[in-house]
Amino acid sequence: MSDVTYVRLLDLACGAFLLAAVLVLWRRDLAAIVRLFAIQGAALAALVAVLGVHEGLDGHGAELLALGAGLAVLRAVVLPRLLRRAIVGGDVRETEPLVNVAASLVVAAGLALLSYAVTRPVVALEPSPAVRAVPVALTVVLIGFFVLVTRRRALSQVVGFLLVDNGITAVAFLTTSGVPLIVELGVSLDVLLAVLVLQVLTARMRAAFGGTDLDDLRELRD
Amino acid sequence: MTTTALLIAPVGLPLLAAASHAVFGWRPKTTAWSGAAAAAGLLACAVALAVAAVDRPRTGLGGLLRADALSAYMLVVIGAVALPALLASPGYLAAERAAGHTSAADARRYGILTQTFVAAMALAVLAANLGVLWVAVEATTICTAFLVGHRRTRHATEAAWKYVVICSAGIALAFLGIVLLNFAARHAHVPSSGALDWAELARHATALDADVTRVAVALLVLGFGTKAGLAPLHAWLPDAHSQAPAPVSALMSGVLLSVAFYAVLRVKVIADAALGVPFTRTLLAAVALVSLAAAAALLLKQRDYKRMLAYSSIEHMGLIALGAAVGTPLAASAVLLHILGHGLAKSVAFLASGHIQQATGSTRVDGARGLIARVPLTAGLFGASLAALLGFPPFGLFASELGMFRAGFTAGMGWAVAAALLLMLVVVAAVAAHTGRMLLGAHRPGPGAAALAGDVRLARSAALALTAALVACAALGVTAWPLHTLLDTAAAIIGAHP
Repeated sequence: MSDVTYVRLLDLACGAFLLAAVLVLWRRDLAAIVRLFAIQGAALAALVAVLGVHEGLDGHGAELLALGAGLAVLRAVVLPRLLRRAIVGGDVRETEPLVNVAASLVVAAGLALLSYAVTRPVVALEPSPAVRAVPVALTVVLIGFFVLVTRRRALSQVVGFLLVDNGITAVAFLTTSGVPLIVELGVSLDVLLAVLVLQVLTARMRAAFGGTDLDDLRELRD
Repeated sequence: MTTTALLIAPVGLPLLAAASHAVFGWRPKTTAWSGAAAAAGLLACAVALAVAAVDRPRTGLGGLLRADALSAYMLVVIGAVALPALLASPGYLAAERAAGHTSAADARRYGILTQTFVAAMALAVLAANLGVLWVAVEATTICTAFLVGHRRTRHATEAAWKYVVICSAGIALAFLGIVLLNFAARHAHVPSSGALDWAELARHATALDADVTRVAVALLVLGFGTKAGLAPLHAWLPDAHSQAPAPVSALMSGVLLSVAFYAVLRVKVIADAALGVPFTRTLLAAVALVSLAAAAALLLKQRDYKRMLAYSSIEHMGLIALGAAVGTPLAASAVLLHILGHGLAKSVAFLASGHIQQATGSTRVDGARGLIARVPLTAGLFGASLAALLGFPPFGLFASELGMFRAGFTAGMGWAVAAALLLMLVVVAAVAAHTGRMLLGAHRPGPGAAALAGDVRLARSAALALTAALVACAALGVTAWPLHTLLDTAAAIIGAHP
């Protein structure tokens, strides 16, 4: 793969990755949000595959391709399926979020600027095409935190947490083509289990509170 | 060979106990005690490792596990707190089942989850790799989520949700920090075989890029600080610790917080070498004082005694962070002593509070008055553990707090220590007043203050375990001689010499 194609494919994957996160802010329909999350997972897997092909198929590149395939299965298929199961029988739309859609999109732009500012030392250390894309990944992390804080449905909060996680995984692959394999496996397992736990808790919440509106969670206070 | 076995056993024994629960369920006469047996084995391994690792670090399992004096000490803390908590578990669950709060399936799940929780903590302190350490700490969140939501009430579900979401998101920050640290390490020519190994990172720390490392360290302290109950992301702690079953609260407050703080200590060693002492010192001192202030403010009007204990944990983690901020060898050994003393005293307090809750049916301070007359043994243990937590002699916390403050004044951090002392004065006044009402206040039967349940005797095994833990905590205040060499060696690992 020539360098120009590499950079173009890299940018394409990063663009799709970021766009999916921004669209999560835009949509209210929970099923659409889950679909966007699946698309983002696929974009992340494609990003890793592009990095793998660039490194060459002998040695570390092949490992990256295998990891990309694993990420695709986990983040584009398994996790979205779990989330969809959590929707069934429950609410389908995000109620009025704390920050409305237009303001959310403006905030996302602000978060992108912030992440460019924060990652300057990182880019300065190694100005390669992959590391230059780190601000994009960090923007996704920040958007994830924003979703986590402002959305009122249990499922949207889970998606926010997963956006954070996708973003951090992207940072890891863009900077050092991934953390050691055993750590990557452990992290994936932890994320999967955390989502399972949250899914069960969502069901219990529905049984106890009659809905998954997080505004109901106000009974424990001082 | 034996070292490898010693390194694997602390993780393996609790997993075996978990398997016994999975296969045989929770049987009051047999498997109920397997957890305690595993904890005893863990403590024995910890002591053996401490003896072996005091002169040089021991590695095992292809470099995946490592124990130096600090890890061995933390493992001793885990064993020392887990043993009384798990000895009190069978009695606690028997009372819960008698009261109809817990079914057989719940008890089996309780057994499996508490044991995997202990195994995850052991793995966290034995991991040679920051990434594996992170995975283990996140695994503790997953194991304890259903333990927090054990009673399945609205309160328990709410607490569990907040716990998982805030802790997982907070600790994700720490993972971002790890990723950035890995990036900096790659450019400092740390061999990729030793990627994220904390010993390798500390060895190459001076070559790390300062700007990237600074961002990474701030994220790591904030992220692991969330799990350690430090401000600003401490909101989950009082909910989770007050809703969990008493033995689990004891484990979470007594050791889990310190295990998360252990990660901060490992990061601090790297940061001190890479960035100089002032950076982490300022960061930790700020976090410590905010935590102390939050705890003091919310303790004043606290009406729920389990939440009171939870806020007291935030206060103590704040003190530990302050001691780490001071960072001299004296302060470091005081911090380590404080971790053990707090673990013992806090687990006794939570276990006693579990029994008070079962006896009075209330977690309100006002619903549990006049305890000295109603449940004298439990009340005595509860009162003594609170005295220990407030820093009264002869308990170990008195000695460790004195050590931290002395070290703080010597290191030129008098302002921070003075502020901490003021806040602690508020804490002592508030907690002493609440506890006094509970122990001695006139008992007014009425709505909200339920009558004593039928059989309220503290199980003999639990009473013995709690008394032993308190005696150990008091002995620490008089002399720490069996731990002396270990403490000194471990403190030398953390202690920076500015």
